[in-house]
Amino acid sequence: MDESKRQLLSGNEALARGAWEAGVRAAFGYPGTPSTEILESLVTYPGVYCEWSPNEKVALEAAAGAAIAGARSLVTMKLVGLNVAADPLMTLSYIGVVGGMVVVVADDPGMNSSQTEQDTRHYARLSKLPVLEPGDAVDCRAFMLEAFALSERHRCPVIVRTTTCVSHSRFQVPCGERQAPVDAHFERNPQQFCPLPIWGRRLREKVEERLQAQSAENSASGLNRVFRRGDALGIVSHGVTALHCAEAFPEASVLKLGWGWPYPDGLLRAFAGSVRRLVVIEEGDPMVEEHLRALGFACEGKETGLVPRTGELRPERLRAIRAALEGVPGAVPGPVAEASDLPGRPPLLCAGCPHRGVFYALTKFDVIVTGDIGCYSLGVFPPLSRTDTILCMGGGFTLAHGMVQAGERRPVVGVLGDSTFFHSGMTGLLNMVYNRGRAVLVVVDNRTTAMTGHQDHPGTGRTLMGEATQEASIERIAEACGVRRIRVVNPYELQATVEVFREALSADEMTLVISRAPCILKERVRLGASPCVDAGRCKVCGACLKLGCPALELSRRGEPPRVNGSLCNGCGLCAQVCRFSALTCPGTGEA
Amino acid sequence: MLCGVGGQGILFAAKVIAASAEAAGLQVTTNELHGMAQRGGSVTAQVRFGEELFSPLFAPGEADALFGMEPVEALRWAHYLRPGGQAVVSLARLIPVTVSMGQATYPADVEERLRRVFGGLRLVDGAEVASSLGDARLVNTVLLGALSAHLPLAASCWEAAFRRIVRPQLLEANLRAFASGRGD
Repeated sequence: MDESKRQLLSGNEALARGAWEAGVRAAFGYPGTPSTEILESLVTYPGVYCEWSPNEKVALEAAAGAAIAGARSLVTMKLVGLNVAADPLMTLSYIGVVGGMVVVVADDPGMNSSQTEQDTRHYARLSKLPVLEPGDAVDCRAFMLEAFALSERHRCPVIVRTTTCVSHSRFQVPCGERQAPVDAHFERNPQQFCPLPIWGRRLREKVEERLQAQSAENSASGLNRVFRRGDALGIVSHGVTALHCAEAFPEASVLKLGWGWPYPDGLLRAFAGSVRRLVVIEEGDPMVEEHLRALGFACEGKETGLVPRTGELRPERLRAIRAALEGVPGAVPGPVAEASDLPGRPPLLCAGCPHRGVFYALTKFDVIVTGDIGCYSLGVFPPLSRTDTILCMGGGFTLAHGMVQAGERRPVVGVLGDSTFFHSGMTGLLNMVYNRGRAVLVVVDNRTTAMTGHQDHPGTGRTLMGEATQEASIERIAEACGVRRIRVVNPYELQATVEVFREALSADEMTLVISRAPCILKERVRLGASPCVDAGRCKVCGACLKLGCPALELSRRGEPPRVNGSLCNGCGLCAQVCRFSALTCPGTGEA
Repeated sequence: MLCGVGGQGILFAAKVIAASAEAAGLQVTTNELHGMAQRGGSVTAQVRFGEELFSPLFAPGEADALFGMEPVEALRWAHYLRPGGQAVVSLARLIPVTVSMGQATYPADVEERLRRVFGGLRLVDGAEVASSLGDARLVNTVLLGALSAHLPLAASCWEAAFRRIVRPQLLEANLRAFASGRGD
């Protein structure tokens, strides 16, 4: 490989590079950390159609359409996205594809930015589809090329499972040329593509034949790698965990599984039989470990208490495993004594964030707030503390409905964002109207998918390809569903926002409140001048601090707060909540 | 080991170090945190370079150098530095909202703590940077300069890295800030 063609790429960028080199024709996805940058990177290459779909199910189905019609396609999502897209995946495994199709799912061991720690390898087994597990960005590119080839060889989609560490670590990746892409050109074959029972049973049989063939192929596959060092200790691992192991256990032989399922029984038997002591170190659930036992090999791992069952297996934890194995102290240093009483720094709504006005207004009422997934999840933290539940995308509306219908007497407010509304909030809204629910629903519309880094969605009027498009209207969708009370508020006008909630909470039918103001981090404009603190007027009552704004700093109790001008966007909320006019925005008088 | 608060340019610094190691012909990896962590939270990145690397991560007690954009964050991640390693830390404090709300206090003796914890320590004062270079935002580049004196990468590699990463109109200011940190 030409050294000059090496690029320092993140795992996600390398997945995009690999897909592009493989001649991918169309790519679909929904943003979700840690998967988002794959499509953001792929769209910068020429000749690939890329889109943000409203949700992962739509994305996977669209990719299936492309691949059934013979074009190579890609779909990307985070772990929980596959829960949404699981339905089409299961059937697609039976009917198969013609052009190669790769499903990238980014897992998040350690739950850095996810609500669960699910192991996507279970979905591979459930859907009976192969799963590849790259360990670094070099693997990401190479495995993507192999995934498309494998997909076409076996006429089934291939899952590529990354983890946060793989997706967000950069390595120098050797890059190559692009294979010529093929346009979709569908050929009719109803016995293959319509799994009615008479044809579906035959497809089901074929899936089992495919698995047998794949297991044999996996045992000889170059996707797996053996670090052969000695025969005293052998470690079976996968993905980046195997790379951590290769360094943490310099004397052990390490089998790095790159093709996680169907299991390479031949390879596993050969490796297990070549070492005197066998340890399995998996990030996720002990799947390979259980399988090795089923094959008749004694091994240590999660089931024997050696390997932690939860969390990311970072190098320090591997050092602890090594210490336990060898019976020697191996503790790595913990935080220094001088760090024992440091102030925490939890993630926060940004200074000037439009969501702050909504949550602050909700603190004025005794209500239950069912929240959702997005920046506004941060409304749960003190001092706002105005979110009571977070379940899943769309759950902000549906949980509110269920509570009310089951007899909850306190008012319930369901909150979700604009991107989440299009993802799966719309159906919950429709359900509430249809079934005569009575909650107050709020769309905090900041005109972007903010948490994942500002992706477009059906409401922004722009596509991932950068084209202007029809802008979906939340109000008109709600009207079409039959919502009669729709209120649009500017969340920077606190009093007006409070009044809208007061009216909505006293109404005897459901209200949809749309809080509309663009994400401050995306627009990067100042909303106004930073307020000045008049220390003479300040009564140190702490009212402004109840906004939880990071730009309002209080170094010492009993002193007036200070406005950090480099963080403040001049949104003016603090001036609005100060009853003593101690915070005034220059040029606006009393604000 | 790089640490700071979201928005302080930790990822930029990681990029520059990586590009500098690449210019030296070494193998390099970086690892960074995204997502939730970006919104005013504590942010870290790890950079490794050398002859043969497998993992992109190292364990506490293994970093040769620590780059801290905020004093409290430098203390929070101090245990990643190996004995005898070098720390470069910006003195500019970012008050966490937990302090503003009265739930926690910002240690008044943070500077003494830094001196106690780190054997090799270079402190950089943002206000001083602003007055000497005209722009407080160059603090991370000054810190990179201070760090560079303790890493086995030639000055020419660092310059090549800045030329590759920084926009032309900001290059001169960055090179000046780098030189002032390095002590050239």
